[in-house]
Amino acid sequence: MTTAPDTANPATTPVLPRARRSRDDGPSDVRRYTPLARAGLTTALAVLAVLWLAPLAWALLTSLKHEADTTTVPLEVVPEAGFTLQAYASVLANGNLVTWFVNSTVVTVVVTVLTVALSAAAAYGFSRTRFRGRNALFALTIAGIMVPPQILIVPLYRQILAMGLADTYAGIILPQLVLPAMVFILKKFFDGIPNELEEAARVDGAGSLRIFLQIVLPLSRSILAAVSIFVFIHAWNNFLWPFIITSDPGLMTLPVGLVQVQSSFGVRYAQVMASAILAGLPLIVVFMLFQRQIIRGVATTGLGGT
Amino acid sequence: MTAGTVAAPGVAPGRAATRGGGPSLVGGRGGIWFVLPFMLVYAAFVLWPLVYGLGLSFFDTSLVRDESQFVGLANYVRLFSDSEVWRTLGVTLLFTVGSTVPLVVIALVMALLVQSGVRGQWFWRFVYFAPFLLPVATVALIWQWLFSGDFGLINGVLTGLGLPAVGWLTEPDIGLWSVVILTVWWTVGFNFLLYLAALQAIPGQLYEAAELDGAGGWRRLSSITLPLLNRTTGLVVVLQILASLKLFDQAYILFKASGGPGGSATPILQYVYDTGFVDYRLGYASAISYMFFVLIILIALVQARLTRRSEP
Repeated sequence: MTTAPDTANPATTPVLPRARRSRDDGPSDVRRYTPLARAGLTTALAVLAVLWLAPLAWALLTSLKHEADTTTVPLEVVPEAGFTLQAYASVLANGNLVTWFVNSTVVTVVVTVLTVALSAAAAYGFSRTRFRGRNALFALTIAGIMVPPQILIVPLYRQILAMGLADTYAGIILPQLVLPAMVFILKKFFDGIPNELEEAARVDGAGSLRIFLQIVLPLSRSILAAVSIFVFIHAWNNFLWPFIITSDPGLMTLPVGLVQVQSSFGVRYAQVMASAILAGLPLIVVFMLFQRQIIRGVATTGLGGT
Repeated sequence: MTAGTVAAPGVAPGRAATRGGGPSLVGGRGGIWFVLPFMLVYAAFVLWPLVYGLGLSFFDTSLVRDESQFVGLANYVRLFSDSEVWRTLGVTLLFTVGSTVPLVVIALVMALLVQSGVRGQWFWRFVYFAPFLLPVATVALIWQWLFSGDFGLINGVLTGLGLPAVGWLTEPDIGLWSVVILTVWWTVGFNFLLYLAALQAIPGQLYEAAELDGAGGWRRLSSITLPLLNRTTGLVVVLQILASLKLFDQAYILFKASGGPGGSATPILQYVYDTGFVDYRLGYASAISYMFFVLIILIALVQARLTRRSEP
């Protein structure tokens, strides 16, 4: 529980491990292996990589073919007619892909900002302030980690319907704002921030809100980034709830809209694959640009703060 | 133990300070106002639906009828004799066992291989983790195409090797395993990252000392690495079981809402969905949800007890 030097927390981490951690791209263990062992390791890695890349590569190849070339027996990797961007062109021209992309972006950004704001404020309240009922409310919050959102779909659906929010952004967004595990993770981090800083500020007359905004949040940038990344991925790929609450194609998010593609494009495989790839591309590009931050964010939040 | 534990080193002093109380200035006022916004949303969109759903489960509420009657425990009595409940629960449990094992083992193997330090770290991590970032619909559409009977890549490769084609999406005995394959490909990267973080937290001195003692690669793995990963494995297994039990999205999309050949890939959450949103029987769907919820809590409690016992 306590052996890991935590570079994510500036308040508790001595300077030393940071130097070692900064090269986390290259554990130097490799020199301990014989050339033969190293070749074996590389081969195993490469085999797995081929297996993991093949589905994506095949989807990409299919999306670049003429429709007629997608269904050949035996399979052709490179069709005689060559490659084309036709499938992408028709998908972008005829489908709702751009609308769904905009919807997904709006929903995901709003969900991320609001979830992180609500969770950080609550975590601060639980960690650094005292009020009657605090422990009870915190226990209630933690208990929420046990509730799978999936079991709430029936009552939530009726509730959102009754509120008149079906087929609205609000109806998609509101039920996604509660992630008790994030409150727990943030509280644990805030607990580790030394009291001295806060006490000094209080002596200077700073209130809780100022301490939260000007001391605690700036010290917590790394954990806030980690939580934001987690919430963003979660919201971007969320399927079940948006699927249940939207029927208007103009309001669907990408994952939900994409399911419509199945029925609308039918057996036009190049177009189906082009849609699937376009829907998956944004996060993959973001991942290529921010691999280190995303990996650290996921690793930090992944165990739910346990 | 793992790099995944945020601020773990700070927990002890922080807690001591707030609990020890005393005249510390920390523990500012107005805390309720920080907690309140979250609690309101939590109450409105988790706690209330939780209570409301429980209430619904005692009524014969239907989406297509305005009136609904209190039926007491009738919905619960009915679900015990509803063979579809038990069948879909069986599908869910089979998927949970069948997916958790490869999702943990392959993730561990990937992490160990990558951590060995072979060149191209960025690339390996990218390849193994990237699928996790794809929306479920993208994943399901791609695999539908790969699994397709006549023109699918997988059967193409199999027949190319002289092997018989497999009815990945059409054979009742195979359908659920197609979902397992898809799920392993899609989400193994998440567990892989958790393992990688845990491996990076193991101090290098341990290996150096072992090497001085003449321990080879396998010996270092079995005597140092794997024992130190025990706790991580426990957590990964728990998280994976809880995630696998909630199977719905990928199975639903892969089989175009049909539940798979002969219903062989219908998880219990899809039965809840079908009951509630296709048959409009909301009261009964709520009762099944609650039965499933109780089951998840029981499993989580058992696991919590087991992991606590295995902690140092």
